[in-house]
Amino acid sequence: MSSTTNSPTHHTSTIGAIGAPSRRNTELALLIFAVVIPVFAYANVGLALDDQVPSGLLSYGLGLGLLAGVAHLGVRKFAPYADPLLLPLATLLNGLGLVCIWRLDQSKLLQSLPNFVTAAPRQLLYTALGIALFVVVLIFLKDHRVLQRYTYISMFGALVLLILPLVPGLGANIYGAKIWIRVPGLGSLQPGEFAKIVLAVFFAGYLMVKRDALALASRRFMGLYLPRGRDLGPILVVWGISILILVFETDLGTSLLFFGMFVIMLYVATERTSWIVFGLLMSSAGAVGVASFEPHVKMRVQAWLDPMKEYTLSQQGQFGHSEQAMQALWAFGSGGTLGSGWGQGHSDLIKFAANSDFILATFGEELGLAGIMAILLIYGLIVERGVRTALAARDPFGKLLAIGLSGAFALQVFVVAGGVMGLIPLTGMTMPFMAYGGSSVLANWALIAILIRISDTARRPAPAPASNPDAEMTQVVRPS
Amino acid sequence: MNKPLRRIAIFCGLLVLTLLLRDNWLQYLKADSLKEDPKNRRVTIARYATPRGDIIVGGNPITGSAESSKTGLNDLKYKRTYKNGPMWAPVTGYASQAFGATQLESIEDGILTGNDDRLFFRKTLDMITGKEQQGGNVVTTLNAAAQKAAFDGLSKQGGKGAVVALEPSTGKILALASYPSYDPSSFAGNSDDDAAAWKKLQKKYNPSDPMLNRALRETYPPGSTFKVVTAAAALENGKYTSADQKTDSPLPWTMPGTTTQLKNEGNIPCKDAPMRVALQYSCNTVFGKIGSDLGNDKMLEEAKKFGFDAEQFTPVRATASVFSDDMNQSQTALSSIGQYNTAATPLQMAMVASAVANDGKLMKPYMVDELESSNVDPVAKTEPEELSRPLSAENAQILQDMMQTVVEKGTGTNAKIDGVVVGGKTGTAQHGVENSENPYAWFISYAKLGDGSSPVAVAVVIEDEGANRDDISGGGLAAPIAKNVMEAVIDSKK
Repeated sequence: MSSTTNSPTHHTSTIGAIGAPSRRNTELALLIFAVVIPVFAYANVGLALDDQVPSGLLSYGLGLGLLAGVAHLGVRKFAPYADPLLLPLATLLNGLGLVCIWRLDQSKLLQSLPNFVTAAPRQLLYTALGIALFVVVLIFLKDHRVLQRYTYISMFGALVLLILPLVPGLGANIYGAKIWIRVPGLGSLQPGEFAKIVLAVFFAGYLMVKRDALALASRRFMGLYLPRGRDLGPILVVWGISILILVFETDLGTSLLFFGMFVIMLYVATERTSWIVFGLLMSSAGAVGVASFEPHVKMRVQAWLDPMKEYTLSQQGQFGHSEQAMQALWAFGSGGTLGSGWGQGHSDLIKFAANSDFILATFGEELGLAGIMAILLIYGLIVERGVRTALAARDPFGKLLAIGLSGAFALQVFVVAGGVMGLIPLTGMTMPFMAYGGSSVLANWALIAILIRISDTARRPAPAPASNPDAEMTQVVRPS
Repeated sequence: MNKPLRRIAIFCGLLVLTLLLRDNWLQYLKADSLKEDPKNRRVTIARYATPRGDIIVGGNPITGSAESSKTGLNDLKYKRTYKNGPMWAPVTGYASQAFGATQLESIEDGILTGNDDRLFFRKTLDMITGKEQQGGNVVTTLNAAAQKAAFDGLSKQGGKGAVVALEPSTGKILALASYPSYDPSSFAGNSDDDAAAWKKLQKKYNPSDPMLNRALRETYPPGSTFKVVTAAAALENGKYTSADQKTDSPLPWTMPGTTTQLKNEGNIPCKDAPMRVALQYSCNTVFGKIGSDLGNDKMLEEAKKFGFDAEQFTPVRATASVFSDDMNQSQTALSSIGQYNTAATPLQMAMVASAVANDGKLMKPYMVDELESSNVDPVAKTEPEELSRPLSAENAQILQDMMQTVVEKGTGTNAKIDGVVVGGKTGTAQHGVENSENPYAWFISYAKLGDGSSPVAVAVVIEDEGANRDDISGGGLAAPIAKNVMEAVIDSKK
């Protein structure tokens, strides 16, 4: 195994010594924090609400620890060189989300609502499934480049996923946005969350092939490279599809997310700023156009412009108006700088979707400005690790896929957090990892798994130059 | 491909930065206005999260706090209770879980809940020692005996009305009654019963409008009681310099610029009557002519010195009383006998009596003497404050002399108290189109003790829909109530 001159502990591939360290132990250390922090938060909620440590503390702590441990072992075994931050950050967000969902489960006000379900056990189940999916992706996706083969199948798959909610009998219109499907026995699913990943695979595969044509065949006009008419095709098609999503599923967020992801990947693939300009023009034209006639979207825009009026109308019992936007702003404002503390806020006043779309408002009220800034920075850090993975990836497909997924993640965080904080109109999307919802948790764990896979490939030391015994013989010639 | 990747990284960083900035705007810059927005349910939740502090009269609380019923979805832990609610409602206002808070309950909400910054030390101490936060108390200036006399008088009389009593030397409000009244306990919670009780009290369903604080928020034509202000204007402007100087008052008197004669009530000796006599018999012609001669500007100036045309904050807001500023001579004449546009709150007329009794010095009326923390440490104390000087001391003496004649042998004999000098003025104000509605019976008065000090000034107004029109006169209906209130204050001083 080792040469006569080297010490016995040395591996055959001497090049390993100069490769990046695997950082798996760093990941493990960080994971311990990522599990302990939510456990403390959980105890905190219990103490605030009932003056006692919640009875489920031990099982919850062990459960989360076990899940994190499984994920960690999966990474250690199947992606040993992966980025060490992604898993702990996602675990922390998921754990805090669970605590917050459990905390909202205790609210008498929410319990009195007709659609109330005890969400925390389900979310724990979804988390377990999500982590299982995470490990499965790591096991079966040995190399992300395999995905390249499925470029056009992905396109087809994404279209199906996007159309599903519109299929009569399958789709469900929940409070105006048609982005759910009902699966008998399973509850409702949000296919758009999965479509995000599948579409990224398609865009990456497609753009990798077409990038030269899109980048080079263009005319220069007023400092911008204008693409040829026929190269405009793909962007027009994606734009059209986003508009259709907006019109038929009345979901501004998903629409914006897909189009934004495409523009980002197109820009990275072609290095042409003109695509960004085109993308911005087209998305604003589309959004303004649709918002001016589609009633659901129009209402959301009005609620954003004047949440107080919307609140007043809803208090008067007018149909189709919601107090949520204003209630969320009050929750944030009442939290102030340091927040009211776990379990001591009144964000349950948001009522419907307090633990999903609006979960950030509960964090805002109970953890305050400080807590929200920390959470936003954690999301920012996940995106940063994703972009770093894209930079480190050696193949264009990996680069495009990584930037597509991280870009979509960043856009989703922006659209959701911005919506809840009243920066932009509200959309039907949820905070990745934190919000209650099976589709979201599963899809985002899969997303992290793919990023981890790409980063593992990128950071993996180059394989030993040769593996046959002859090569080894020649290598030994070295004075000691 | 790495150059655009780096740019996308910057773009993502900007997205996060935008969110951070927005969050700082929301949770730092806008935090207080959102947190204190009365529509924010948390304000109500906080108001009832701990036992509310009390409003105190003469050392005894007139309010209380009880645990809310645990039925249903009540997120409010405690409920306000009131002792003798209808009598004290004009003082306390109400604090209702369902219908918000008003007047003293709303203005001093911070102290009563314990959230006021001035209680910060106490709050922190409670937090450290693990004690439940306790609201502070609001100690009022009111006099329980006087309030009882006022409210009993009004309720025995049965018509709509109000009484305000002040301590002339300080401006302390001693009594503040309004009738018909309401019991704020009846809708303090948020149950269906509370909602039903609330609905029944609304003006829409209850024409007598029991929730109106008539003492502070309703203006009535003051009628002849306003002649005290006109007399003060005459003295202050040097038109007449003594009570017994003959005035230039023809009878009958046709108002300048019109062909209308100003009438007196009955055949009374008003021709060229000195002001003492004119006030004693309540001569419209004499005071109408004084107002007309002085002119709108001078009358307005004097009325403003007495507090007209300005809202008063006791700290509960009192509606501004009205004396117009754009009248011709005949309108000024009518206004000077408390008719035409002139309208005054009961508080305003009590201020008039009080300024005369306090030798011309008008003190700012107030009802909150002290704010204290839950363990009775003083937090803030109201110091008496001079509002204005509508009369010189000499002129005030002359006017007092005239008002005392009214009670001794004029229209106000019903207010006489043995062994106490009482000065007063009756009023019967017409209202409605062509005086079709029942007039208001007014009486304003003050008492002076042997040592020259004046412990109390009162204003009483009564509108009696049931009574015979001729029976209504300030002296008959209102003066006995004023007398009882003054006696109650004097007795409680002993």
